[in-house]
Formats: sequence, structure tokens, C-alpha cells
Amino acid sequence: MGDKIIKRHQMGKTLAITLCSLFFPTCATAAFPKPWQMYYQEPATPVMEYLYDFHATLLWIEGGIVLLVATLLIVVIARFRASRNKTASKTSHNTLLEIIWTAIPVLVLVFIAFPSFKLLYMMDVTPKSELTIKAIGNQWYWTYEYPDQEIRFDSNMLAENQMKPGQFRLLEVDNRVMVPTNTNVRVITTSTDVLHSWAVPAFGVKRDSVPGRLNETWFNVKKEGVYYGQCSELCGVKHGFMPIVVEAVSPEKFNEWVASKKSAPRTHSGG
Amino acid sequence: MAYAATADHVHIEDHPTGWRRWVLSTNHKDIGTMYILFGAFGALFGSVLSLLIRLQLAHPGGTLLAGGEFQIYNVVITAHGLLMIFFFVMPVLIGGFGNWFVPLMIGAPDMAFPRLNNISFWLLIPSLILLTLSIVVGSGAGTGWTFYPPLSSVGQPGAAVDFMLVSLHLAGASSILGAINFITTIFNMRAPGMTMHKVPLFVWGMLVTAFLLLLAVPVLAGAITMLLTDRGFGTTFFEPGGGGDPLLFQHLFWFFGHPEVYIMILPAFGVISQVISTFARKPVFGYLGMAYAMVSIGVIGFVVWAHHMFAVGLDVNVNAYFTAATLIIAVPTGIKIFSWIATMWGGSLTFETPMLYAVGFIILFVIGGVTGVTLANGGVDISLHDTYFVVAHFHYVLSMGALFGIFAGFYYWFPKMTGKMIPNWMGNIHFWITFIGVNVIFFPMHFLGLAGMPRRIPDYPEAFSGWNYIASIGALMTFAGAIYFAFIVFYGFKWGKKAPANPWGEGATTLEWTLSSPPPFHTFETQPHIS
Repeated sequence: MGDKIIKRHQMGKTLAITLCSLFFPTCATAAFPKPWQMYYQEPATPVMEYLYDFHATLLWIEGGIVLLVATLLIVVIARFRASRNKTASKTSHNTLLEIIWTAIPVLVLVFIAFPSFKLLYMMDVTPKSELTIKAIGNQWYWTYEYPDQEIRFDSNMLAENQMKPGQFRLLEVDNRVMVPTNTNVRVITTSTDVLHSWAVPAFGVKRDSVPGRLNETWFNVKKEGVYYGQCSELCGVKHGFMPIVVEAVSPEKFNEWVASKKSAPRTHSGG
Repeated sequence: MAYAATADHVHIEDHPTGWRRWVLSTNHKDIGTMYILFGAFGALFGSVLSLLIRLQLAHPGGTLLAGGEFQIYNVVITAHGLLMIFFFVMPVLIGGFGNWFVPLMIGAPDMAFPRLNNISFWLLIPSLILLTLSIVVGSGAGTGWTFYPPLSSVGQPGAAVDFMLVSLHLAGASSILGAINFITTIFNMRAPGMTMHKVPLFVWGMLVTAFLLLLAVPVLAGAITMLLTDRGFGTTFFEPGGGGDPLLFQHLFWFFGHPEVYIMILPAFGVISQVISTFARKPVFGYLGMAYAMVSIGVIGFVVWAHHMFAVGLDVNVNAYFTAATLIIAVPTGIKIFSWIATMWGGSLTFETPMLYAVGFIILFVIGGVTGVTLANGGVDISLHDTYFVVAHFHYVLSMGALFGIFAGFYYWFPKMTGKMIPNWMGNIHFWITFIGVNVIFFPMHFLGLAGMPRRIPDYPEAFSGWNYIASIGALMTFAGAIYFAFIVFYGFKWGKKAPANPWGEGATTLEWTLSSPPPFHTFETQPHIS
């Protein structure tokens, strides 16, 4: 009984948080999905922040359109049902009206297009990158290389019996990608077998890993933390079991990590 | 539009009976009926698979489809997609309603090429058999309905994928032949006085659809032929090791695949226009705008394909172009939505089952349409591509758009096709079950996608369990609705009241309502004249 109440209370709380994050972008805190989440994870990069705000604009516009159509339908159903309106009018044209409902959507789309292009170019153009990471997709794990630091390791999903308390099933890996905060990180992705896609929702990053191709994307994490993503292109039977985990640490800690990786004997770098 | 039609019901010669009537059929109504029955089977097949998917995903850690390390799950989602598209929506809307009502609406005695019509239908039977084999042979085809290489080439050894590809070849050939038939019929067999600017909008929808099929499906045929030779004959069209490119396949596939989504929705647009005009007892508002909106949707539909490929690493300027082109489609679509509402405005509305489905179509299609505008933006799409948000979006336009169009058309034309009435209240209950059911399934998927849940995964982190559970409840509800629908149809056949020639009153002005219900085997043996 008591458990039930607490559970319900928690459910209410998470619902409140998600609803709250829907309307007040600042109060959301998550680098991983939460139960009953209804909206984006908290943005962790400038690109995702811009995307988040632009999406909010879209949501208002589109919500308005749906509301407009729903209202019109309700009005029509209420006013022109046969019991209220015995004889139908014969009107079948109104040039002005038709011009209006062609022109206004065009204006709305132009209004959408400008920030849309800005976001697109912002995502594409890597500012001067300070660290390069290569993410190589394999069936069914990721191999990461830091070419300038000469580091290379595989990142496999943790099975349930390997997980520590508090870790997320299907999201946790044995070796996380380490990156320094406030650094422009360039990600080069490719694949050794079939298509995969390297994605971290909180970064606003998703790039297909295509065999025979090097695709590039970038991010700059502001806050320290652990960020979770999953392979986002069907790649065979274990497509759901090759997560992506990025841990952002201070540049000092990152340098320590690089040093420890270099001194340690290289672990299973087969790939 | 008032048609003065004289339908002369003379049928003396050639009325085959028994198996010859069906297997050797050259009659557009019989072939249409076979298409609808075939589509109903495909729908049942596809729905059972979708129910399996939702049961697997009802709770995290599901093991229902865990066979072969979840290969079975991938096989099920692949077959579900292909069945619903190629063996349900297309056969019912195009082969079924198109065959039945295009000739009747334009006052033609039959389709232009009746024997071609026969082979178009019968090609689908081996096609469905091959698709079924692709589910059960070896470990099955687990490539997703888009079957991207290299997963579909080197990634899936065994004959299953080959069966699937040959199945699509046959379905594609069927579609191309059908398209040729429709175009020829609509251009050449209209009754005197039935100018192109007078044909009902359903016919316009079918005409544009036929052109899309004719131009898009051969590109698919090329792509799957190349994939077949990559798989079996050592070519390397899509194999980087041999100088090929996996992205070439995606360009070819979506050059077909994007028009394909309009192929599924344009006939539904046509049905909705007929239904709304009928039950508003008013002519369609802005007829020409409606017709040419469909034409422009068809034309623009060919130049937006790479919006399915925003994440593959195309040049940013290419992505910008495809963003802009895709946004533009919202304009003609908006024209259609507003014109439907304007058609109702000032009308004398009654809400028989087809009309309920039409109104439901409008609101759900608008929801699916605005999420389409979200996804059209190449930047935003990066956050949503290959997530459940996309799944929600395309099920709103297809599983609600095309499906509601099919149900609207079915309830609208059932009396005409069978001569029996389905009681209104029975259909209305079906509408409400379906309307609530599909929304419970698909609306929460928007949340899942925004929160980052990728599509096509057989198991998910616990955080996603809440909305997945809700969606699965919706699936059970919708499936119950489908079983109830089968009962309604059975009831209609068995106990339905006899239908008059025109059960819908003065709003039903198109030519098929001038004929008896069901129409005689041969119709319009004397040409009707349209004033």
C-alpha cells in the first residue's frame, strides 16, 4: 500500500518534470532517458541547444495549425450538421480564400526555413577542432580511435550480470568514450561491415557509419557528465545492443586518462 | 456537378461462371473484388505481425520474438512493412477501389486493357507466396522494409532476401502494368462530355498515382536487380570493396520510396474528397485547386527523396535543398485540408460511417502532416531520424491516413459493391474503436522518439517502458477493432438490408450511383452523356 503511494508519487513527479520540461526548457536535467519522458533530453551542446529552441518554435507553430484545423472542424460540425442546416449552400469557389490559404502557409514555411538552414550549417561546419575521435561501427560494438593520442579500444555493451547498481540496462558499455569539456571534438565515423549510425541524443549528433566512407560530425560538451546513445541504423540481430556512451570530463582529467591509456598495455584492439 | 446519365443494363453475351469467372476474369468489377479480398488477407497477415511486434515491445526484456538472437524480430518488422504497403494498402486502394470505380465514375464500360488487368492481379499471388517464403526460408529476411545494403547483401546470407527481392519484382511489375491501364483508361475512355476538368477527384487521385507508379517503380526494379546481382553474381554496385557505394542504393530506393508514400495516400485523398462532398451535400470546394494540388504533390514528390538520408553524410548544400523542397509539399497539402473543410462549410452534414472516417482522416492527417514539417528540417531531423518519432509520423499518415481512407471508401462503396447495407451504428462503433486505438498506439511514440528511442530495436532501456506499454495496449484495442470489423462485414453480407441504387442521397452525384446496387456485370454498354 505504502509502496504504491510512493510509486504513484514518483510517477506524478516524473510526469511533472517531463511536462515541465516541455514548457520550461531550463528545468529538465537528463543525459539519459527517464521513465515517462515526453520530450528531448537536456541539451549538452550549443548545437543541441539551438535545435531544442528551434524545435520548440516548430512545436508552437504546428500545435497552432492542429488547433486551428480542429477548431474549424468542430465549428463546421456544430453549425452545419443537417439538423441545424437543412439546405446546403452551392458555393464551390472563392478565389481570395484560396489565395490566402496558399500564401499564408508559404510565409510560415519561409519563417521556418531561415532558422532551419542556420541549424543545418551549424551542424555541418566543424569549427577548428581540438580533438579527433574515430568511431568505427562493427557488428555489434564500436571501436574508438584517438589518432593523435594513439589510443584505440573497443566498446561493448555490458551484459546484465556485469552491470553495477545504478547503471542502465542496454545503455552501459565496458569502455566509455572520454572527451574533455568545452572542446571542439571532431567525430569521424565509418564501418567495417554494414551500416551503423553513431548517435548521442543530448549532443544533437547522429551520423551514419558507412563502409568505405568517412563521415564527419562534431560536438562541444559544456558540462561534465555521462551521455548515452544507441546505434541508430538497423545493422542486424544485435542492432539494439551496441550503445554509445560518452563521458565528458575536465581537460585535466582527460589528460590523465590519455596518459593512463598510453602507459597501459593495449586491450583487445582487434576489431 | 450533375450528370445526366443513361445506364443501359443489357447483358446477354459472355458472363462466365465458376472458376473461369475469377481466374480468367477480364471484368474490372470482378478483378476489383479479388484485389480487395487479397488486400484483406494482406491486412490480416500484416496486422498479426504488428501485434507480435507490440507484444514483444510491451515490456522491456521481451522474449516473444527473441529467436535467432532477435533475427525473428527483424524478420517480423520487415514483413510487416512490406505486407502493409504492397499487399494491403496498394491492392485495396489502387487495385480494388481503382478498378471498381474509375471506369464507373468516368462512364467507361471497363478498363482499357482487360487482359492486362487480369495479369496485374494474378502477378500478386506468386509475389505474396514469395514474400511468405522470405519469412520462413532459412533464418528469414531481417533487413527492414528498406533493405539497405550491405546488410541486405553480405549481411544476410541464405535465400530469404532473394525471395523477398523477387517478390517485390513481381509486385512492381503488377503495379507498372496496372498504372499503364489506369492512365490509358482515364485519358481515352471518358464518356462524352466528361472532360478532364469534370472527372471526380478520386479519378484525379488515381491518375496521379498511376503516373507516380509508372515513373518510380522501374527505378526500384533497377535497384533490386542490382542488389540481386550483388548477392548472387559477384557484382559490386553497392559494395565499397569493389568500387560500389551503399549510398547509391539509398538514392535509388528513395527515388522510388518517396513517391511510393504518395502512391499510398493520393487515392485516399480522392476517396476523402468524394465522401466529404457526398455527406456535405455540396460540390467539392475549389475543385481545380484540389486536382492540381494532387498533381503538384506528385511532381514535387519526385524531387525530395534525400530527406530520408539527412544522416548519411550528404553535402550540406544538398541537405539544404532537400529541406526546402520538402517544406514546399506542405503548401498543396494545406490547400487540400482547407478545401475539405470549406467543402463542409455551409453544407448540410450527416455523419454516416464513411463521413466519420473522413473527418477522422482530416485531423489525424494534419497531425501526421505537421510532424512531417518537423522532420523536413534537415537539422531537426538529425535528432529524430531513425527514432520512434519517425515511426509515429509515418503511421499517422499511413496507418491513419491511408487506412482511414480505405475504411471511408469501404463503408462508402460497400452498398454499391455488394448491394447490402451495413447498419450505421455498427460502423460508427468500429470508427470509435479504431480512432481511439490507433491514437493510443502511435501518439506516445512521439514522446519515445523525442526521448531518443531508436526504431527497429527488439528490446529497450527500462526508461522507455511506460509509453511502450501504453502503445501495446492500443495495439490490442485496434486489433480487437479489426476482428469486430470482420464481423461487421460478415453481418452486412448475411443480414444487411438491400441497398438502393443511391443510399447516400442527393450529395452522391458521381456516375456509379446511377447504377443499380450491385451494378450489372457489364455497365455503360450504352455510353452515358454528361451535360
